[in-house]
Amino acid sequence: MSLSRKNDFPVFAQFPDMVYLDSAATAQKPAAVIEAEAAYYREANANPLRGLYDLSVRATDAYENAREAVRGFIGAASAKEIVFTRNATESLNLIAYSLGRAELCANDEILVAISEHHSNMLPWQMLARETGAKLRYLECDSSGIYTEEALRAALTPHTKIFAIAQISNVFGRIQPIAEFAKICHENGTLIVCDGAQSVPHIPVDVQALDVDFLAFSGHKMFAPMGIGVLYGKEALLQKMPPFLYGGEMIEYVTREGAEYAELPHKFEAGTVNVGGAVGLHVAIGYIRSVGFAEIMQREDALTALAVEQMRRIPHIQIIGGDDPAAHHGIVTFAVEGVHPHDIAAIFDADGIAVRAGHHCAQPLHQHLGVPSTARMSLAFYNDEQDIEKFIDTLKTVRRRMGFAG
Amino acid sequence: MPDNFYDEVLIDHNLHPQHLHGLPGATCSHAGMNPSCGDEITLHLTVQDGVIADGAFTGVGCAVSQASADIMLDLIIGRTVEEARALTALFRKMIAGEITPEELEQLEEAGALQNIARMPARVKCALLSWRTLEHLLDPDGTAAG
Repeated sequence: MSLSRKNDFPVFAQFPDMVYLDSAATAQKPAAVIEAEAAYYREANANPLRGLYDLSVRATDAYENAREAVRGFIGAASAKEIVFTRNATESLNLIAYSLGRAELCANDEILVAISEHHSNMLPWQMLARETGAKLRYLECDSSGIYTEEALRAALTPHTKIFAIAQISNVFGRIQPIAEFAKICHENGTLIVCDGAQSVPHIPVDVQALDVDFLAFSGHKMFAPMGIGVLYGKEALLQKMPPFLYGGEMIEYVTREGAEYAELPHKFEAGTVNVGGAVGLHVAIGYIRSVGFAEIMQREDALTALAVEQMRRIPHIQIIGGDDPAAHHGIVTFAVEGVHPHDIAAIFDADGIAVRAGHHCAQPLHQHLGVPSTARMSLAFYNDEQDIEKFIDTLKTVRRRMGFAG
Repeated sequence: MPDNFYDEVLIDHNLHPQHLHGLPGATCSHAGMNPSCGDEITLHLTVQDGVIADGAFTGVGCAVSQASADIMLDLIIGRTVEEARALTALFRKMIAGEITPEELEQLEEAGALQNIARMPARVKCALLSWRTLEHLLDPDGTAAG
């Protein structure tokens, strides 16, 4: 395996013994990102988009250059299709509030994958309540597989929206989004893709996938917290009403109303997060410099190492099955007889950060019949020693909770 | 790192709870929940003449919430409602890190949960059954009598 990238991340110098296996919750930040955000505030901070003086022009340029970097990173046709938000959750809410309220009525249906994170479920529940549209769920099997046949069968002439994550934050399985998009479009259905867990880990090309919307968060892809992205096809974004109203999103305002700004500014009311966008720009550059070939090779190798050892330990159930190739850096598991919060507490005592609970996917846990689970999730900065320490602790969990073995 | 991660008392009450069962003839019951954890405990009490004659709990949760409920019932069964209220206040004082050594003794095995105060994420697990008890013993509640 290639050289460890841990030295690029200051947090690992701060806590050299820590094993961080919660990257699906948020990724650690490379020094280049931390420095770039600080440098923006030192050298270019002004309110952008009202550039009547040099510093404001610099801020505007920094922000728009970041948008262009995002466009290139996900293969969008135009920078007008890139809306900056706070995070994937806000991006998904934007679609539901703006497009959903304008376009849906009581006869319509919304189809949501049962494995969705609450952020790609609750906005649709809200929309269904407000419009009277019917909310339906597409169910997966215990491995997290959705078939094309099941999707075809679930779509009706009334289905306006299908919402699904490219990679579920519980299963780690990559869904065939391009195939799903084709099926949806044949039915006149829009596909909303949550890319929060995929964009940091695999190459994502919105035109190749042909998704109508893609939402993702900067903080899971090594950028600062508080910057996120909504990609939407230009024709759709054009006809959608604004989501938030206020400054920076208008052409002119009268006592009666306003003319809204062009895309994408129409959706970016108020002073925006330029520091975050600059950090995201540098994070994209950093991901490109490492390269998805290395990222995927490392993450898949470490995932395989973990899964292969986990399945040899008695009393461990891996959610989504034992096939290492099905889990992309995310391994959710249960230890028989031990509550996930106790599992996480034991890992924490050994200096290992893992997540426990329902991972913001309660309906999925109900569907799978498990109350809650523990999850380890990794990134390319993890190494074999991290996995070994994780496995060493995992082997002791039941004994430390008083079980014989 | 402590290999004996949780105190033996806690481990034992979690693995072998004495009071995890239904309680036919209970005079009052109340369900307590920690929605973010998924911990659920329903506390059942038989209160006669101001005395907690019997008690039990049902539900699921982590070792801390389960053991805390079992230890609490050990402590309060046979006590008056007034005594149980005072013990609940002491337990809260312990979790807040403000208890004296003399007071700690009154909590008997519940003292095993003292270190939970240092784990903010787990405080609500330890408090779940006590919070549920407080509700039952509230002057407006069903057990106050």
